[in-house]
Amino acid sequence: MLTMLLMYIKAFAVGGLFCLIGEILILKTKLTPARILVCYITAGVILSAVGLYGPIAQFAGAGATVPLTGFGHALAQGAIRAVQETGLLGAFTGGLTATAGGIAAAIFFGFLAALCFKPKPKT
Amino acid sequence: MQQSSSKQDRIAQYKALIARLTPKSKVGQGALRAFWVGGAICVLGQVISDIGTRMLGLTLMQASSLTSVTLVFLTALLTGIGVFDVIAKYAGAGTVVPITGFANAMVSPAMEFRPEGWVLGTGARLFTIAGPVLVYGVSASVIVGIVYYFIYL
Repeated sequence: MLTMLLMYIKAFAVGGLFCLIGEILILKTKLTPARILVCYITAGVILSAVGLYGPIAQFAGAGATVPLTGFGHALAQGAIRAVQETGLLGAFTGGLTATAGGIAAAIFFGFLAALCFKPKPKT
Repeated sequence: MQQSSSKQDRIAQYKALIARLTPKSKVGQGALRAFWVGGAICVLGQVISDIGTRMLGLTLMQASSLTSVTLVFLTALLTGIGVFDVIAKYAGAGTVVPITGFANAMVSPAMEFRPEGWVLGTGARLFTIAGPVLVYGVSASVIVGIVYYFIYL
């Protein structure tokens, strides 16, 4: 129970920190939210590939996997795992396989939302 | 003479005070909001992941997919009923950086551009922001896979 509680605290602190850095980047630089997303996912892939993101994910759980850097981490680890299993072809299949759930859900639920809801007029 | 110089002093001090406080407090407030909302979203993710591994018997990777799918679903729902925009306006990067930001960036234009048609409106605009994210993320991961192949195998 205590270890679970500690895990939630770590997830809160690390996840919050990723968002805090993003907010400072938005306020202090010309980066738009779209560019933040691109930077975060690419940074996640690179940090994961050089072995820095794995320990963070181990430490913070969802605090590291829920931010978009974690999406990049899943892409990189998926590619590496698939290369180990199937060789060079894995470089092309691994990334999207590991992230398929989130991507397919975003496409499907995005479409469903457009079907079900009318957008509010912008005020 | 003394009075006017002390008045000027005070004006200068006041201006310095404003210059020192205004942008800082805005950044500080934004950062704090982003921190606690973003952290809370990650805690929710951890709860979903724990439910997956402890109660549904999923592996860590499956639980991670479950977390993504659930958070994306919640984002789509909240975007659809107009609640997400309110949270996003308050939290800034707190909702952009987690996977909720990726999901909202797909759902929101899909709804907004529906009048332009189901194919070129909703269908195409789904990927306005998700497209670039996937281009750079997937490309980087392919490069990582290729480099790994030649270095380690």
